[in-house]
Amino acid sequence: MEESSGKAVISLEEVTIKLGGRTIQENMNLTVHAGELIAILGPNGAGKSTLLKLLLGLIKASAGTVHVLGRPPRRGNSAIGYAPQHRVLEADLALRARDVVGFGLDGHHWGPGWPSKNRKSVIDMALDEVGALEFADAPVGQLSGGEQQRLLIAQALITNPRLLLLDEPLNNLDISRGQEIVSLIASVCRARNITVLLVTHDINPLLPVIDRVLYMANARCTIGTPEEVITSATLSSLYNSPVEVVQALGRLFVVGAET
Amino acid sequence: MFDALSYQFIQNALIAGTCTAVIAAFIGYFLIVRGLSFAGHALPNIAFAGAAGAVMLGIAPVYGLFVFTIGAGVGIALLGKKVGERDITIGVIMTFALGLGLMFLSLYSGYAERVYSILFGTILGVSQGDALNSIIWSCLVFAALLFLFRPLLFSSFDPEVADARGVPMRLIAVTFMVLLAITISISIQIVGALLLFTLLVGPAATASRIFHRPAWALLLACGLGVVYIWFSIIMAFEFQDGSWPVSFYLATISFAVYLPVRLLSPMWQGKGSRRREPASATDRNVVAYQEKESVNVVKQEAVR
Repeated sequence: MEESSGKAVISLEEVTIKLGGRTIQENMNLTVHAGELIAILGPNGAGKSTLLKLLLGLIKASAGTVHVLGRPPRRGNSAIGYAPQHRVLEADLALRARDVVGFGLDGHHWGPGWPSKNRKSVIDMALDEVGALEFADAPVGQLSGGEQQRLLIAQALITNPRLLLLDEPLNNLDISRGQEIVSLIASVCRARNITVLLVTHDINPLLPVIDRVLYMANARCTIGTPEEVITSATLSSLYNSPVEVVQALGRLFVVGAET
Repeated sequence: MFDALSYQFIQNALIAGTCTAVIAAFIGYFLIVRGLSFAGHALPNIAFAGAAGAVMLGIAPVYGLFVFTIGAGVGIALLGKKVGERDITIGVIMTFALGLGLMFLSLYSGYAERVYSILFGTILGVSQGDALNSIIWSCLVFAALLFLFRPLLFSSFDPEVADARGVPMRLIAVTFMVLLAITISISIQIVGALLLFTLLVGPAATASRIFHRPAWALLLACGLGVVYIWFSIIMAFEFQDGSWPVSFYLATISFAVYLPVRLLSPMWQGKGSRRREPASATDRNVVAYQEKESVNVVKQEAVR
């Protein structure tokens, strides 16, 4: 599949998403190009995770057309890597870090799978890329939130996807770990020209690396560079109520009433 | 002890017991991974109600057992993922089933011994046909579990990603419960319904504390299961005058092994599997990245 720099990796036209009778997003129009790193912002319930699920083919749009990598979304697309929101794990699980990453490789194949040197080295490389090699054999239940997050990213990257969807990867991470993950994602994805959609609550750690911001709120959305989108004017019109964007200490703070 | 092995019925019991111990351990590992250990206790009790009902209707208990277990099992699979709600529903159904079973029991006291053996297991009455039956069914379940191994583990650990990867979640959940129902049905004869949980979850829980690699944990679990069942059958034979059933010895040894492993496991966990750095204060600082209820996001700077 040839990939010109102008070809859209994701395109949404007049898409409406409904969930449980509620309209989450209406008349979404969106085009994402190859290699872009896009942050998805918005309050809870705005449909950020839902958008990811739409792109993964897990839910269907109630109106409009969606194209991912040139085709309608479908489940089991190995060209898309996905890391959902981190969950707390039982400490008792007999599952190692490298097993979790291995799922990304062949977890969906039937049969028990046989150990192979090749497979081990692919997994080792993926672990090394996210800095998880040192705890590769530790049981997952004992890893910290940040460590587990790194595993989920390695798992998503191991099939060399062209599109990476990350749902709040920076949750449960402190500032420095969060920044490590941001740099990691940025460097790996730039190197491989992977398109990244990253749902987050805090834009600040991502400001140095993102290309555009997709802001979703109030069943509407707007996309553009951070300078275009995260302004008092834009967000006020999106929310239909006064929102103020404050710059302080080199960071952006969004202050305003949430309906 | 070895004169026990010369008896045909003991040989049958050991064959059937070994087969069921292996698949019970295998399935028990997945019960733990999927957070379904409670279902591993509830289903045998529901099976008991089915068996008691069948006895009351004059049919062989195994049919009632199987029908009830499969029905309840598939129902649980379709109940969905919310563990809290699911546990409540399972608990309610289980107690209802137990009540039903006890009612059947009280209506037909002539069958009390039979029902007693369904509850607690017996080494007697395992015919060669039964032993052969166990071998066939456990081979089938074992093969099925091997075939399902990777997607089952994947969907248990990471349901959202597995779903996105195209793993057929519903199909796997239902198939797993059917396999569980089969395992329970063939195990109940020897071990009984009440304490079958111990054979399902005990070895797997113990092994999971010792080995972190799924393959090794499974091997150890199967090994432990087989040792436990042999121990229990032979003890039940030796002390027939005391007439303590198989499941009593099974529960005792399972617990006796699990308890020290559980208490001592912190000693070997976390060692050797990685170079552990001590948790720093900033690890605990999740102020900046907590999930917020509103967009009113005036953040407090994390302590640098």
